[in-house]
Amino acid sequence: MKNNPSPILTVENLSVGYQKSNGKLIIADQIDFHLDRGTLTALVGANGIGKSTLVRTLTAMQPRLGGNILICGKELKSFSPVELARKLSVVLTEHPASKNLSVFELIALGRQPHTNWMGNLTPADREAIDFAMEITDTLVLKEKKCYELSDGQLQRVAIARALSQDTPIIILDEPTTHLDIYHRAYIFKLMRKLVNEYRKTIFFSTHEIDLAIQLSDKMVVMTGEETFFNTPCALIDNNHFNHLFPEDTIQFDKVNGRFGIRDRM
Amino acid sequence: MNSTGTYKIHFVVLTFLLLAAFFLNLTLGSVAIPFSEILKSFFGSGASKESWNYILLNYRLPKAITAMITGGGLSVAGLLMQTLFRNPLAGPYVLGISSGAGLGVAILVLGAGALGGVFATFLLSPWSLVIVAGLGSFLVLVAVMAVSMKIKDTMSILIIGLMFGSLTSAVVAVLSYFSNAQQLQQYIFWSFGSLGNQSWERVWILLFCFCAGLLLSVLSGKSLNSLLLGENYARSMGLRLKRTTLLLILATSILAGAITAFAGPIAFVGLAVPHLVRQVFRTANHFILIPAVLLFGSFLMLLCDTVAQLPFSSYTLPINAITSIIGAPVVIWLLVRKKKMFF
Repeated sequence: MKNNPSPILTVENLSVGYQKSNGKLIIADQIDFHLDRGTLTALVGANGIGKSTLVRTLTAMQPRLGGNILICGKELKSFSPVELARKLSVVLTEHPASKNLSVFELIALGRQPHTNWMGNLTPADREAIDFAMEITDTLVLKEKKCYELSDGQLQRVAIARALSQDTPIIILDEPTTHLDIYHRAYIFKLMRKLVNEYRKTIFFSTHEIDLAIQLSDKMVVMTGEETFFNTPCALIDNNHFNHLFPEDTIQFDKVNGRFGIRDRM
Repeated sequence: MNSTGTYKIHFVVLTFLLLAAFFLNLTLGSVAIPFSEILKSFFGSGASKESWNYILLNYRLPKAITAMITGGGLSVAGLLMQTLFRNPLAGPYVLGISSGAGLGVAILVLGAGALGGVFATFLLSPWSLVIVAGLGSFLVLVAVMAVSMKIKDTMSILIIGLMFGSLTSAVVAVLSYFSNAQQLQQYIFWSFGSLGNQSWERVWILLFCFCAGLLLSVLSGKSLNSLLLGENYARSMGLRLKRTTLLLILATSILAGAITAFAGPIAFVGLAVPHLVRQVFRTANHFILIPAVLLFGSFLMLLCDTVAQLPFSSYTLPINAITSIIGAPVVIWLLVRKKKMFF
């Protein structure tokens, strides 16, 4: 396969936040990073540092305050909603509004950017849905209603919906919160598999810093003052994880690549 | 979404029930007309008595058609509202849309007298009634929508709807204070709700608005389906949120506005029918739910009307009372049985 040198998503000097009536409320700024095709990139940072705001800005759910976002070299703003939906799919922290949807119906909704005005499914659509259900082990849940699912199952279904949308880029907002350790590992392995075997480009925010260090290709670290972007190893070497949290409570252990509670009461 | 194929039998049964209710509704009334005469009147040479022909063609038939449009239209409006607001308790009556239409009618009926004379008769034409009622519903809906953008909590939306309802009834109370007895009587009779006494002209106007609203609803089917996942997911799948919201508000205003203008405010049908349909049609696909809700709503309204006219007597109960007597317990039963209502 020919390696495409240009990144699929580029973020330049981005500032994110909210436009208030009395001016701009900047949550984070001077954010620079890029996603290469077929890579897994994690976004880490403390609570309230602006991870979700960044994710919402990247997915065009809220306007940016400055800077550029390019997808395949094209400015994000110049995409029509359907064009963007064919490039980028999302998995959000919110649950589907209607719990009356069946798993199949929910996953099939992911085909909307590709279907006609009635949303009729062609054989190609059904193939994409089957693929999405197979890879996320949700085939057995097909006929179940959303209100019958556990959190872990619901998250797999949400990922299956994004997969059936068949986009090169998938952005996930904290895909492992509220999940047990098995499902957390399952979701991480699934993301790795999608990147390695299907050349998806995945960007996700997470609090599982140790798992992210082990499994992602690149990481974006938001500290509040600055945003770093590099491979996990380089970030450890440059001590960028040290300033992620107040250091009097927890401390980053460089050797094990994880945080530990500091023995000082 | 599942194909419509799996629900074929359901649709056949529903259509059959609707036809049966339609003929039952035509057969029963204060004047006893044999069923064979009814068939003759519609498909043959005409009933053997001229008065029967007149009753059937100019009273019972327009009433039955109005009943079907009212039941079907309000139910579809309820379905649209439940999906748009992602709220199982939404409906044209609960959200204050009917009160908005009522306010429009009140201003027209009670205010027309102030202008008086020829102008008043022009103002009270069926078209202007529909336009003010539609405008009233539209304004209330836009207001509820605007507030719901600020407040995400689903329960507050209902309370806001109630507030708009009280607000409009307060305005109506003020208006009625300044109007004369005849106008007031006219308005009070309208507010009881009535399917009868519709001229063919009014039925045609109603049918036109009904078809327009229905067309907008069906065209929004795909967007409605994506809204089931919530606004953010829907947008991530290519939905133009503002345009869809506006289309849905327009569809609801046309449906609920026109129906309320002619039949008066009718409670609970819009709220209860979508839930009853979901008990049988276990899908969330609006391309199945819209026709199902339409057929079932029409069927239910025909039944309500048949009960309301108290067969074999010359009395008629207000239709609004019947729908509330049937609708309110249904909603309570659904709430108790399922603990949490789904949409």
